[in-house]
Amino acid sequence: MSTASAKSFYEDKAVILEGLYNYWEELGKNNSFFRKLARLHTWVGSTDHKRIGILYLISMLTFFAVGVSLGFTIRLEWFYPGEQFINARVYNSVFTLHGIIMIFLFVIPGIPAIFGNFFLPIVIGAADVSFPRLNLASWYMFMTGAFLAAISLFVGSTGDGSLTFVAPDGGWTFYAPYSLQSNSNVGLAVFAAFILGFSSIFTGLNFITTIHRMRVEGMGWYDMPLFVWGLYATSWIQVLATPVIGITLALIGIERLFGVGIFDAAMGGDPVLYQHMFWIYSHPAVYVMVIPGMGVVSEIIAVFSQRTIFGYKSMVFSMMGIAFVGYFVWAHHMFTSGMTETSMIVFSFLTFFVAVPTAVKVFNWLATLYKGSIQLDPPMIWALSFVFLFSIGGFTGLALGMINIDIAVHDTLYVVGHFHYTMFGGGAVSLFAGLHYWYPKMFGRMYNFFYAYVGWALFFVGFNTLYGSMLVAGIMGMPRRYHDYLPEFTTIHQIGTVGSVIMIFGLIIVFGNLFISLFSGKKAEDNPWMGKTLEWDQASTPPVLFNFKKQPRINHGPYDYEGEWV
Amino acid sequence: MSSIATANEVNNQDHLEEEEEDFHFDHNHTDYEGAKLGVWLFLFTELVLFGAMFLALFVYTTGEYGAEFHEAGKSLKVMMGAGNTLVLLTSSLTMVYAITALQKGSKYLTLLWLGLTIALALAFMVVKYFEWTGKFKHHIYPAHLSFMEAKYGPSDLSKVWDKEFKDSGTTLKEFNHVPVTAAGVEMSPEEVKALPEGDYPHHRYTKGQVVFFGMYFAMTGLHGFHVIIGVLLLLWMVFEVAKGTVTSENYGYVENVGLYWHLVDLIWIYLFPLFYLVA
Repeated sequence: MSTASAKSFYEDKAVILEGLYNYWEELGKNNSFFRKLARLHTWVGSTDHKRIGILYLISMLTFFAVGVSLGFTIRLEWFYPGEQFINARVYNSVFTLHGIIMIFLFVIPGIPAIFGNFFLPIVIGAADVSFPRLNLASWYMFMTGAFLAAISLFVGSTGDGSLTFVAPDGGWTFYAPYSLQSNSNVGLAVFAAFILGFSSIFTGLNFITTIHRMRVEGMGWYDMPLFVWGLYATSWIQVLATPVIGITLALIGIERLFGVGIFDAAMGGDPVLYQHMFWIYSHPAVYVMVIPGMGVVSEIIAVFSQRTIFGYKSMVFSMMGIAFVGYFVWAHHMFTSGMTETSMIVFSFLTFFVAVPTAVKVFNWLATLYKGSIQLDPPMIWALSFVFLFSIGGFTGLALGMINIDIAVHDTLYVVGHFHYTMFGGGAVSLFAGLHYWYPKMFGRMYNFFYAYVGWALFFVGFNTLYGSMLVAGIMGMPRRYHDYLPEFTTIHQIGTVGSVIMIFGLIIVFGNLFISLFSGKKAEDNPWMGKTLEWDQASTPPVLFNFKKQPRINHGPYDYEGEWV
Repeated sequence: MSSIATANEVNNQDHLEEEEEDFHFDHNHTDYEGAKLGVWLFLFTELVLFGAMFLALFVYTTGEYGAEFHEAGKSLKVMMGAGNTLVLLTSSLTMVYAITALQKGSKYLTLLWLGLTIALALAFMVVKYFEWTGKFKHHIYPAHLSFMEAKYGPSDLSKVWDKEFKDSGTTLKEFNHVPVTAAGVEMSPEEVKALPEGDYPHHRYTKGQVVFFGMYFAMTGLHGFHVIIGVLLLLWMVFEVAKGTVTSENYGYVENVGLYWHLVDLIWIYLFPLFYLVA
């Protein structure tokens, strides 16, 4: 038991292995090395959910940078037809690693691990998550998975004794039978993804328990901010879907090690079964990437129009509905893999059905904006871009849900464009929105608005040029995952590459601005956006160790804006 | 310790200010309800983990391999499986006794029942060991020749060796399991033919049988892994109870380990009929 102090959590600490920390502290009195070690311990040994959130933020943005570089490598390679500077083998590994890093290390854990960790306990008025040590353990699992994925780049040989380039290839989906036959480091990569899956499960488990058990007195289920509902829906998907991919990837590993034959057609197994088991998780995982973003965007749109969120309960049920229906659409990834026509029609129907709750959300956001006093600050600009880009992603997805169109454009760049509109334009853009929204609360400083706008504008233009060109190229017939292409696609690829350059400039400005503002930004107020949720309303900036200086009270709903009719 | 404000107190400003002065969080308090909820959620993930494998098994059993699974299932020893089922069920019972003993405050009885549970778990693993090694003796294990034969066909065995085993240091002869007599002399083809059915090293398995044994090893292996984790957890509980850190006051720990242990039991209850009794 400790009394709350006025110090921010940066100056305070809650660590595991306190004896070890004290020992290092003691030695550190006259030794700068141990002083640094003790300081490091307050981070990597911290059970404070806010510090863990920042650990995730730093690690994920690093992986994001790596992923962007790999993606940019592909774009450069595509500038002219034929081999430019990487050969086909390396190219295969580059797009595989781009996928693995972006999906498993950035978008899937993204918002829950960063903002969920940092803000979930604060917005429900709790001191920490239910299992703080498990929370730290999840970060270690995450880093172990990342480390294994990283060494899969370098370790091993191709079998004839000579060391060659063995980075995993064949795409982030690890489709059998190629993943069973490839002599690259697929085994290590699937093991990494397995561990990352468990990190994700434990985070989800932690959040569900926290939301059930630790809401402050007076906060009923329908008094929770929508961000919390988003995390709640996401956590259930993490808990109930991730084990499926865990075991599926484990079977790929077992297959490679021992040859049990479960997915290997040559030995009697069924590769299409692999695809089913893979997508039973990986389609719900798409909602893991997007639903928390929808929660973040709901917060931002309400705050920056100073208006009660329109249709709170329909927002809640649409999020839970997406999470639920999302389990039953997986086979729309497999229309060309060999299925009965009946199951194709059923899955196509269910795919359209999942668009209904998504559309409910978009209309509710628009209705929230209606007659609101809209303030176009950077977080709002990002949130509105989310709505725009994600809608494009959604509509192109509906096109893909139609069996006949899907069969025509399957495995073309159209799918890649659609995927990036939903995942990057949805998952990652909402993460950037959240970063601009909560930045002052997390770091106690405000960033420069001008550079935030400039960076956003470049990003937005570049983004649409890049992924829009992919949609067009796909319709024209450019297959995905190809190293080389026919000369008639040259122009459209060059447009895409120029778009990627603009987008990367935008990203550099956005993150440069945020980074520099850490040191030179002006001090942030407690509630710069006039938000009504607990983190703005009742927590200091940055928050104290156990979040609140005094017992948090629920004296108004999360979206009760003055003069508001409900 | 701060009292948590009731809904009425929220509007009571005087009370509010009074309380602000000595506000602090009781963050060392353990929420046993919460811990149990967390364990249940974890058990859900375990169920889904095994559930995915059961799904695959279901697909193969009801699909094209029904007859072959039926055939392959005959080679499993039903008595060993049934015995193991009994052992695990009993261990669930002793686990419940351990929790009850702890709730009633009897340290020694708790240790006794926990110890018995561990002993039964180990007995399960011993039987499992004999079952698996029995299969190995009959040349049924993944990556073995007979499995590879299903993949490449018998005529290509030297290619198999070339492709998959050359680097492992195994010679082609060892790889082929060329049978030797007691004196260490290579058997003639006639002598090989005279060997009992199961021992015949080049006994061919059909693809369906290979998948059956693949599933068998993968699923019982994963289950066995869970038993080992369970033993470690039980040992941890023995240690904590003996030390006196887990008592009738906070028996939640033992209860949660018990929940996990029942899950391990439950999964076996499904594995047993689906593998041993399908024949």
